[in-house]
This record gives sequence, C-alpha cells and structure tokens, in this order.
Amino acid sequence: MVGFSVNGKRVDLDVDPSTPLLWVIREHLGLTGTKYGCGMAQCGACTVHINGEAVRSCVAPVSRATGKAVTTIEGLSPDLSNPLQRAWLEEDVPQCGYCQSGQLMSAAVLLREKPQPTDDDIDEAMTGNVCRCGTYPRIRRAIHRAAEMVAKEGAR
Amino acid sequence: MQRRDFLKVSVAASGGLLIGFQFPGISGLASAQASVNTFMPNAFVRIGIDERITVIVNHSEMGQGVYTSLPMLLAEELDADWTKVGYESAPVDPKYNHPAFGMQITGGSSSVWSGLEQFRQAGAAARAMLVAAAAQQWNVDAASCRTESGAVFNGSNRKLTYGQLVGAAAKLTPPEHVQLKDPKAFKLIGKPIKRLDTPVKLNGQAVFGIDVKLPGMLTAVIVRPPIFGAKVKSFDDSRARSMPGVRKIVAVPAGVAVIADTFWQAKMAREALQVDWDEGSMQNFSTSQMMQEFRERAKSTGTSVRKDGDAAGALANAAKRIEAVYEVPYLSHLMMEPLNCVVDLRPDSCEVWTGSQFQTVDRANAAEVAGLPNEKVQLHTTFLGGGFGRRANPQSDFVVEAVHVAKAAGAPVKVIWTREDDMRGGWYRPAFLHAVEGGIDASGNAISWRSRLVGQSIMAGAPFAAMFMKGNYDPSSVEGVDDLPYAIPNVTVESHQAEINVPVQWLRSVGHSHTAFAVECFVDELAALAQKDPYHFRRQLLLKQPRHIGVLDLAAQKAGWDKPLPKGMGRGIAVHFAFGSYSAHVAEVSVTDRKVRVHRMVCAIDCGQYVNPGIIAAQLEGGAIFGASAALFQELTFEHGRLQQTNFNSFPVMRMNECPEIETHIVESNEKAGGIGEPGVPCAAPAIANAVFAATGKRIRRLPIRMTEAV
Repeated sequence: MVGFSVNGKRVDLDVDPSTPLLWVIREHLGLTGTKYGCGMAQCGACTVHINGEAVRSCVAPVSRATGKAVTTIEGLSPDLSNPLQRAWLEEDVPQCGYCQSGQLMSAAVLLREKPQPTDDDIDEAMTGNVCRCGTYPRIRRAIHRAAEMVAKEGAR
Repeated sequence: MQRRDFLKVSVAASGGLLIGFQFPGISGLASAQASVNTFMPNAFVRIGIDERITVIVNHSEMGQGVYTSLPMLLAEELDADWTKVGYESAPVDPKYNHPAFGMQITGGSSSVWSGLEQFRQAGAAARAMLVAAAAQQWNVDAASCRTESGAVFNGSNRKLTYGQLVGAAAKLTPPEHVQLKDPKAFKLIGKPIKRLDTPVKLNGQAVFGIDVKLPGMLTAVIVRPPIFGAKVKSFDDSRARSMPGVRKIVAVPAGVAVIADTFWQAKMAREALQVDWDEGSMQNFSTSQMMQEFRERAKSTGTSVRKDGDAAGALANAAKRIEAVYEVPYLSHLMMEPLNCVVDLRPDSCEVWTGSQFQTVDRANAAEVAGLPNEKVQLHTTFLGGGFGRRANPQSDFVVEAVHVAKAAGAPVKVIWTREDDMRGGWYRPAFLHAVEGGIDASGNAISWRSRLVGQSIMAGAPFAAMFMKGNYDPSSVEGVDDLPYAIPNVTVESHQAEINVPVQWLRSVGHSHTAFAVECFVDELAALAQKDPYHFRRQLLLKQPRHIGVLDLAAQKAGWDKPLPKGMGRGIAVHFAFGSYSAHVAEVSVTDRKVRVHRMVCAIDCGQYVNPGIIAAQLEGGAIFGASAALFQELTFEHGRLQQTNFNSFPVMRMNECPEIETHIVESNEKAGGIGEPGVPCAAPAIANAVFAATGKRIRRLPIRMTEAV
C-alpha cells in the first residue's frame, strides 16, 4: 500500500511502489491532465508538485510520494482562478495544449519562489518543459502577466 | 464556466452517457444529431433551447485553432451570441468531407479556406430559418426582421431568442439559397477572437486520445521491429506472461502485443519479453551511405519537372557561376502526445477513439481489419496532442494495429506508443539532397538555375498515389522549387526518386520544408556572387511577383534590414510561397564558439483574406520555432538499419532558453484565403542559415546547422 494526498484528498493504493507516479495518477486515480511525453524527464509534460516542489512524475516512483502532498493540474485551480491560468487565457497560450499542464505546474513553482521573475529566471525554470507547437513566447508573456496580477492583487 | 457546463450538456444530449461516463473536455462522442430540445438545420450547427450554439467541426483540432476559426465563420453569419458558442468534433460521414479533397481529412493548411463557404453558408441557412420562424409567429414579413447576438428582432419591441425559436424553426424546410453578409458587416471574422478550447487545456479537462478510458479497458504496448521490414521469427514470453497484470501476449502484424491492466504493467512485461527477429533487407541500411548514393545520383540527369530556356547553355556562357549541394535529414514529427488508439471491438460494431487527421481513411482501414462494413465503425476524434501530418497516415498504421490488438484482447483496449516507439515508428519527412548550380552575367543578373533533387517520394506506393503523382515524379517532392518565382530566364528542375524502405510521409510544410531551404540559400549565394544585398537582389528578381514583394518588404522593413547589427551578429532573409500563402522571414543570429543562437525572427505573411489574426500570429510563432528546431537541432540517422535517436535528448526541440523573440506581421489583403498552419515553417531554416553567412561569411549547406560543416 502506498498512501499520500492528491489535490487535498487522501489516497491509499495497492500498487507496485516502483510504478512511476505519472501512471498512478493517470491510470489508478483517473487524473489524466498530467501527460506522458517522454518517460525520461526530458519534456516536462508530466510535471506535478510533491510538497510544493516540481517533479517529473514519469521518473518518480510512486513511493516517493508516500506521506506527502501531490498536486496535479486538476488541483491548481479547477475554476481557472489561478493567476497563471488567467494569464494563460489572456495570452491565448495553448495550441494543441498537450504540454500545457506541465508548463503551468512548472510556472507555478517559479512564481511562488520568484514572484517577479526575470527572463533569465523564466529560462531557468521553464527550459525543462518542451512545447512542440512553439508557444514559448506566449508562455513567457503570460508568466510576466501573472506576476503583475499577483503583485497588484496582493497589494490591494 | 458556462462553456464547460455546456460541453457536459452536449455530451449528455448526444450519447456520451450511453456508455456510462462523461468526457468533460470534448464532445467528440457526438452523433451530431438533433434531439427534441435542439434545432439542427444542417450538419454543422445545433441550437439548443438553452441558447447554446454547437458548431460541429469536420476538421481535427491539433493546435491550429480550427475549433475556434471555423465556429467563428458560422457564428458570424448566424449572428450568434459568441459567448454561447461551443464546438463538437464531427463523426465520420460524407457530409463532413473536405470540399476540395473529397474525404474527411485535416491537412494541407486547408481547413479555413475550404471551410469558408461551407461554414458561412451553414450559419446563414440557420439564421434564415430562425428569422422565418420568428416572422411566422409575429405574422410579419421576414425581410422586416433583423438578427443580433442570438436573437431575432422586429420593430422596437419584439424579440425572440434563438433558443425560444428552436421548436418552430425545426419544423421549417432549410432554404436553398442564402445571402451571405457583406464583409463590411463582419463582427467576428477578421478579429483576434480568443480560442474556445483554451479553458479545458488549462485545468486538465481536455481529452486527448491517450486520456480516453472505457469500462473494462486494457492497455497494450507492442514490441515493434528494431529495423524497418523486420518480422517476428519467434518470441519467448515465459517470464513476461506471469508478470503482474498481464492478460495476453500475442503476435500481431505490427509485432508482439503485450496486453495488461495498466500501461506500466504492459511496459514492464514488454521488457521481459524475448523476441527473435528476421531482420530483413534493411539490416545494413545507413543514412551516411544513403546520402553518398544521393550525391552520386545527383550527377546524372533526372526526370524533368520544369524547363525554361536552356539552363546548361546559359551557365556555360555565364560570367560567374556557382554550385552548391544542400542536404536535409529524415525528420520525426515528434508530436508531444505519442501515438495511441483506443478500440472497443464487438461482434457487430467497432468504436475507435483517437486523435485522427484522416477520419475517412482511418475508419475504412479499421473496418477492413474488423471485418465490418464502414457504417458499423464509429470513429471519435479527440483532441490531438500535435499532428503535423503524422496522424494522417495513408495506411492508418496506429489505428489498424489497435484493431488487431482489440481482436486478441477480447475487451476494449488502448494501445500506447512509448516515445521511443513513436520515434522509431517511421513515416518521417524524407531526407533530401538538392544539387543546385547557377550563373550570373557580367552585370550581376541571374541568368541560369538548375536544381536537381534526390529523395524519396511520400506518395509512391500510397493507396491513392495515382491521384497525386505527376507522370513519373512526385509533385510534393519538388513543390517550392518547381514554381521558382525569380525572374531567371533559364531554369531547369529535375527529380530523382530514391527507393528506400524507410516509411515516409508528409510533415508540416511537406516538400517546402526542404525546397525553401535549398532555394532561398542558393538565391543568397547568387546575391553574394553578384556582390548585391540579398534583400534587394531578391526584390529585383521578384518585380512581377507583387505578393512575394509585399511580404519581403514588410519583413525587411519591420526587421530594420538596413540598420547595422552589433559585431558578430548577422541578419538573413527568405521568402517563399506555399499552401496558398506568401511568407517572409528575417532572422538575426550570433555565432559564438561555433554555436548558433537565434535572437530574433520577424515573420510576415500574406494569406489573403483572413479569419482570426490572433490564431495566425500563434501559427507563425509556432511555425518559426518548428522550422528553427529542424534547422538547428534535428536529424534522424540510421546505422545497421537501426535508428540512432530515441527521445528528446537525441532529437531535440527548441526550448524556452533558446527561443528567439518573434514578431509577426500580416499583409492586409482581399485575395483568396490561403493556409496558415504550414506556410510559417519553410522560411525559418534559410533565413537562419543566411544570417549565419552574414555573421560569419560561412555557408550552411546541410541541416541541422553545424558550424564545423560550414563552407
């Protein structure tokens, strides 16, 4: 048995502890917003948070989550109220959309750690997330925009 | 969050609940039929008593925005309230055929131009019926009614919403002729309307093929041939068979399928499976040897594609001449979502869920393997996690194999390709060689051009090759050089078709992905030979091509072509016509320690009349990055028949830290609408390569760019 929380809900699963967290999230928990892209931490499509840290779930055995809090894209903010999601909407970022869950989850950690990220900060935090459609310029703009929103709304 | 609620309703109304669960992010399970609470005047729109307007889209959404641009066309003529408009993917039916291609397909950058009339007509017809229904209720002349934002009005105080008119309008006969709007009255068309499919792509709700889940569904992976054409001799599953969750291990035409409860169990068992292969005729295949053979072949005359004047004679008399050989490798489409397909095969029915670009062909191929008539096979098009042409496979490889696996599984099954499977699976952009020679006269005028191409045909051997082949050459091999736009009096284009058992297919921008590189780099070489500025040299040769000049000037002007750059940087330009649109790029690069860095790309497009400039900008940005990725990083190579690249680490894609600043500019035009998904790709590589020359004085003649190979 492996026990942890996902998006605030406690789960206990009878699953081989070496199974990558990605497939447990997708197949056992039915949360398919987290994507498979490479299986070797090369593309970032599978990015989730474990205790707030961005993790490539395709190479993280589920045992790594034991007793911890996992957040997936479904837990970021289902009603799209997160500043990143709002900024993504305003910049009309996604094309095919497949990588965007991972992009958002990486960006969320960046914004928490660096509320006013520079372009270099964005490069550093986001370079592990591949987008084949080429939405990078919009992702960059959206991250800056989200940072502005947080700053404004925080000041209120 | 109205749209999401709406999607749930439309799924429920259209049969999604019949199989016992919901697909929140897509309503691709639709049977596209009206119910008692809806009015469906034609195949493309359904209006509900709840005011919801569902546009049924016959093209696949793979990122290019058709779930927004095509509904915009319909909603424009319908005078719909845009906040009530949603989308649904069409089932397979001849009424959803591509008007130009005669089957259901998404490709050739054609969705918007081919849908312009279709979707506007459908919207206008629906509007006419709603107006007629309202006029009847009010007992007034329909001509005295007007429509706006989802309602019919008469005089100053009579209003009926479209939802209120559903019942009455459904009793009317659709009109035979409708009047389309004057473009001056457009409220949506031409505006940067935000995409309808963004919300579901930000919270995990969008359903891609890989996300489909059916009750009792199993998951399979396939041990695939290590070499193209290799066949299974025997396999030993004694260890794999008894591993957890494994249900069945069975030989299928694609290899050996491992069917298990979950993907990870199937993958683990696959690793424990021993397969003995008959390696076949490709076991010694190497791309370096192949390119050597291409170089030899380019020395002989090929099949004539174009012959203006006497290129050889003019070359002999040229004041200066130059020859160059350009080479490009095999490329993988590398969609972010690896291939996958879900099949529920029953004795008298077959349902398929996948991200298809080629519904008519995929359904027919699935039906053949299932042993069922076409109409017993339903194909549900999910969101596509990228397509780039790979999901329009003439043999429906990823669908057909899943039906074979479903036959063995005896339960609904999802076949998932690992990234490595996907990359090794073939159907690449073919490698090509262009041997080009040209000459200028004493005044620096280009007088002779000869292009000789060597490469595989993507059409030869395809089931419908006859439709596409021109005599004994494949037009898609030479597109973009056969219509060389420059005013050069003597032009020869020849094609050599290589026969190699590596499966090849269209990849975003198809032949233009290599012809623009060779043509636009060679024009640059001729300009240097004539000691002229590459922009002005092109311009002089394009005086009779106003739309080429339009984009060339726009890109040059916006880039500040004449403004000096810091030392060590260079600026390159390219212009190209493809898929009905004219495109030009200016790239700015620096080269440090033999490493090329692209700093800025300025893209101009003339795609004629356009629908959504926001989506066009996104496609140009993405096209530039797609082209730049190929130019800078990507190459598939084979040794001993085995592909040497397996994943993103060996076949890289441009990443955030490598991405240049990109600007996009649209030429205002009343010309016929052209494409936008592909035309933004071809100019990227030559603009970058020419910029490298400007920065370093070194020519790039092979992709991906390696400064060690520059000449």
